[in-house]
Amino acid sequence: MNLLLLILIPLLTAVAVFMMQNNNQVRWIAFFGSAIQLILSLGLYVVYTNARNHGDTAQMLFEQNMPLFKSWNINLHLGVDGISVAMIMLTAFVVVAGVLMSWKMEKMTKEFYFLLILLSMGAYGFFISLDLFVLFFFLEIAVIPKYLLIGVWGSGKKEYSANKLALMLMTGSALVLVGMFILYFGGGKSFDILQLAQTTIPTWTQHICFPLLFVGFGVFTALFPFHTWVPDGHSSAPTAGSMFLAGISMKLGGYGCLRVATYLLPEGAKEYANIILLLSAIAILYGAFATMMQKDLKYINAYSSISHCGFVLLGIGMLTKVAITGAIMQMVSHGLMTALFFAVIGIIYERTHTRQVNEMGGLLKVMPFTITLLFIVGLCSLGLPGLSGFVAEMTIFVGSWENPDTFHRIVTVAGCMSIVVTAVYILRAIGRTAMGPLKEEYNNLSDAAWPEKLATIILLVGIIAIGVAPFWLNDLVSPGAELIMQKIQMAK
Amino acid sequence: MNEFFTLMKPELLIMAILFLLLFIKISKGLANDKLLQFIQVLLLINFVAGFFLNAEGKLFDSMYQTNAMIVLQKNILNLGMFFISLLFTDWFRKCEHLSEFFMLMLSALLGMFYMMSSGNLLMFYLSLELATIPVAAMSNFNLDKKVSSEAAIKMILSSAFSSGILLFGISLLYGATGTLSFTEMPALLTSSPLQILAFVCLFTAFAFKMSVVPFHFWTADVYEGSPVVVTSFLSVISKGAIAFVFVSTLFKVFQPLHDIWYNMIMVLSVMTMLIGNLFALRQQNIKRFLAFSSIAQVGFILVGMSSNSTQGTASIIYFICIYIFSNLAAFGVADLISFFTGKENVDDYKGLYQTNPLLSWVLALSLFSLAGIPPTAGFFGKLFLLSAGATTGNYIFIGIAAVNMIISLYYYLRIIRAVFMDKNETPVEKISINPYTKIGLYICSAGIVLIGLLSWVYDYIESVVN
Repeated sequence: MNLLLLILIPLLTAVAVFMMQNNNQVRWIAFFGSAIQLILSLGLYVVYTNARNHGDTAQMLFEQNMPLFKSWNINLHLGVDGISVAMIMLTAFVVVAGVLMSWKMEKMTKEFYFLLILLSMGAYGFFISLDLFVLFFFLEIAVIPKYLLIGVWGSGKKEYSANKLALMLMTGSALVLVGMFILYFGGGKSFDILQLAQTTIPTWTQHICFPLLFVGFGVFTALFPFHTWVPDGHSSAPTAGSMFLAGISMKLGGYGCLRVATYLLPEGAKEYANIILLLSAIAILYGAFATMMQKDLKYINAYSSISHCGFVLLGIGMLTKVAITGAIMQMVSHGLMTALFFAVIGIIYERTHTRQVNEMGGLLKVMPFTITLLFIVGLCSLGLPGLSGFVAEMTIFVGSWENPDTFHRIVTVAGCMSIVVTAVYILRAIGRTAMGPLKEEYNNLSDAAWPEKLATIILLVGIIAIGVAPFWLNDLVSPGAELIMQKIQMAK
Repeated sequence: MNEFFTLMKPELLIMAILFLLLFIKISKGLANDKLLQFIQVLLLINFVAGFFLNAEGKLFDSMYQTNAMIVLQKNILNLGMFFISLLFTDWFRKCEHLSEFFMLMLSALLGMFYMMSSGNLLMFYLSLELATIPVAAMSNFNLDKKVSSEAAIKMILSSAFSSGILLFGISLLYGATGTLSFTEMPALLTSSPLQILAFVCLFTAFAFKMSVVPFHFWTADVYEGSPVVVTSFLSVISKGAIAFVFVSTLFKVFQPLHDIWYNMIMVLSVMTMLIGNLFALRQQNIKRFLAFSSIAQVGFILVGMSSNSTQGTASIIYFICIYIFSNLAAFGVADLISFFTGKENVDDYKGLYQTNPLLSWVLALSLFSLAGIPPTAGFFGKLFLLSAGATTGNYIFIGIAAVNMIISLYYYLRIIRAVFMDKNETPVEKISINPYTKIGLYICSAGIVLIGLLSWVYDYIESVVN
């Protein structure tokens, strides 16, 4: 399978969207483009597992290597392993859902869809590139569309949030940039991830480089204390924007932390693992407690995202195969779950024109479909077995417990405790929204329309598919985690 | 004789255009419309002709030298000239002395060409003056505005001062080494105190022309007071030419003093980026804003210059090529708006997207390119400058440059925000863009999007430099 297709289809879709004159055409083209992409990514999964089952043991499949800037040794090197395939599928699910959720967007529709598709192209490119320069290129492509999406179509203090998001993410990528250069000149003048993994990078370079890269990517995935863009950005963004932010964009950071920082710099990862654990434990607890204080549904989900993404970093910091597998599964699970959560919030907000939990109540009577989804996604968030959240977090905890010393144990227990807090805030929020007396002005609310239903069902299918039968995802990502672990074990 | 024509072809072509304009002027003259079309065609021919029949060699006892790299640099500047003639069509049509204006501009360009080809410090000095004095006259071309004359006076006085320093440096250098020739100079440089003093004087003159901090004070006032055409000429063509000469002089002639100029470049680069950025943060006038942002861009060029390698040279040429596209597009839009509405304030750009989507997109693209955001070419340009700078292993320096990219992003986003997000009750009305300017804007936008993605452009430049 030619991986270039994964970049070309969004690109063509974006161009086609830009050429269209009327809004209806724009919507349908964006939908078809992203649907094709979804089919393609499912196809990629099938082809990938087939190849693996037939005994293809290469680290990366469907590799392509084209020289781009010869004198800098920059190549368009593409390839996927199980981790990238999982991420690509996640992206495709969220993109289709996001496109459908924006069906009623009337303000500058063309530009809106253009930016959405452009953002998704950045994400696809990021997940398939095996060259740091190209990876960085796609990482940055995904930033500016977010700025415009929030700033133009957002609500509340949108300019402030957009600015904060763009500047913080760009600062993160500036750190990545510097780390990337040090790696390039320290590792035999190559940006190629596979080549860099083969060369021995001197210990001091690893020790300098790792914090730069990890923190740089960490900003994207709400590493404490660089998480402050998350609540503002998510709550100001339009529905599809929040879905993309939490579902795709934060995963760019997690993937980068894993694939670039931890995989290429195992000695650095070992050196700083405890600090990562400490920060992620703080993020998990802080995020959970901060959520308790929130009254705005979007803020609730944004702060709980900080907590949930903390689990991703916790899993990486544990440096065991199971925990890393769990971290990747958590990325996928959280991506789907949080996108669905934002979609549901979007549906409710569009009808009630408020996101304040206190002002709602009894909505289950008028919007049974939507509120049922809210229940499911809430339960997924607090880790109910049978849904994806449980599988991912459980895997992380099991992996964490493999570390026998007290520090790791304490951190793990601290992480576990957050689940209790999660249960408190989720149940309270859902209860207030769904139960109780229905306000009079809400009597005539309509339930979700067809694009919204389709969008949420697509995401729900993903959540249940992971929750009920987690093995396919586990089998998909664990060989990749195994390779990363081998590098770590070989390191001093 | 044949060699004379092939080697000096770029200069001779410019001279031919100059004489043609002069003849037209003294014979009967043409209406501005016709004359402008004629000039545009000539400049296009001039640009295309730059790619054929090129040769390497020296003339006049090595006073004049040329090679593939210099020819490429001249072609890039020719392209910029052609863009200028397209983008500012409306202003040119209204200009009272169009042929004089172009004659001045072309003679300045001629000066730059000789400067790039000079093989001797005296030749260099003469051509530098030829490249400066016409620009001062051009700054005065908004004849009914006082600030325009003020700009011209500031420009001429301060460049006279820097010329003085330059001449002082040249004479000291002659005293210390006994030669003015670029080829003989390197062998005689021993970093004795006198030579270093002379070099510092020379360096100052370059820094002044490139508006490197702390020699930048003339820039903002001159940029603001001059007509936008002149501002864009100064900030793109003139700065590009000086950067080209600066690089080749440092890398070739003053190679023995590398240890000294590396530190100088590094300190000045950090200062230039920082101060250019900090001042740009607070500007309200769009021309002043672009002036300070272009000072910050010079800081990035200096990062590439610190590398002392062919990759550094290549990345600077590449960056300036991209810079021509992006900065001229930004100035083109600013000029259209200030020409038709007289609005030059950032606040006036609020709500521009509602009325002028095309202009807004072009402006956004060019600003993103200046800020170094992918997929625009500016991203590649800046990244290659930084990675050229990183070859020396000074990562803290690169880190500072990366931080400055963030600061600059903040103020570029300010404009983007005004254009796309802010509401305005009296936005700039719909501007009807004439076809020539439109073509210019389209070409610039296409260049901004494509130059980076078409990776052979950089590889071509690199191969020429080697």
